[in-house]
Amino acid sequence: MNTFLSQEVPLSWYLILSAVLFVLGIIGFLFKRNIITTFMSIELMLNAVNLSFVTFAQQWHTVKGQIFVFFVMVVAAAEAAVGLAIIIAIFRARSTLAVDRIDLMRL
Amino acid sequence: MHIIMFFLFAGFCLAGAINLLVQSHPINSALSLIVVMTSLAVLYLMLGSEFLAAAQVIVYAGAIMVLFTFVVMLLNAGKEARTRGSHAAWVVGFPAVVAILSVLATVILTAQGLGTASVSHGITSTAELGTVLFTELLLPFEVTSVLILIAILGAVALARPSDGEPDTHEERTAGK
Repeated sequence: MNTFLSQEVPLSWYLILSAVLFVLGIIGFLFKRNIITTFMSIELMLNAVNLSFVTFAQQWHTVKGQIFVFFVMVVAAAEAAVGLAIIIAIFRARSTLAVDRIDLMRL
Repeated sequence: MHIIMFFLFAGFCLAGAINLLVQSHPINSALSLIVVMTSLAVLYLMLGSEFLAAAQVIVYAGAIMVLFTFVVMLLNAGKEARTRGSHAAWVVGFPAVVAILSVLATVILTAQGLGTASVSHGITSTAELGTVLFTELLLPFEVTSVLILIAILGAVALARPSDGEPDTHEERTAGK
């Protein structure tokens, strides 16, 4: 038990965690029916990818992976601002946040 | 010690992500997403990137999630309707999700040469990060600032009510 607790964490566990978080984000994106929650699922997927970037940065002992995460964060912040502005515009036009009722572009 | 921390915060992460999916009220989803992002910051720290851990808390758990909760409260979003969703999501989406997870898990578990995470492998200092960012990658950095400027202008332009549209709550509800 002591040897288990003192051992180091394999990087593959971090990657598995990242994959599971990404898949949970996809599930949320597909099955949540509120446009804000759908948007949050996208943020969750971005975070999952960031985790794998940081993991590989640790694996290869390079700084570039971390800088990429930094840029992803900046783009995510810009995306959140614009996306939430779009959500406000949609809500103003249709008075609903349910994606089932915002379906002008459906197949 | 490290392994306990990993399981603790990976557990918080997964619990938060699952709670995000299960909750029907957007504000609860937003709060559980904050839990996910904060635990991810701890995981970043254990992977030796101190700057990103701080930035994760400040930018993601701070700024972005405040924006989210602000919009949820501004729009007074109620419980989401429980519908079956689109047909395509079930037919294509669900098998695709299972396929993606199994492919990723297989690749990761069979990958050779992956090391272990330990702070003793060295923490990337903020100075080191800044040196690369402001010398080698100066152009992308400056381009990003232009991107943020455009995003600010776009957000203001999109969220502003257009002319002739009722822009107060009273006018909108009176028009119904």
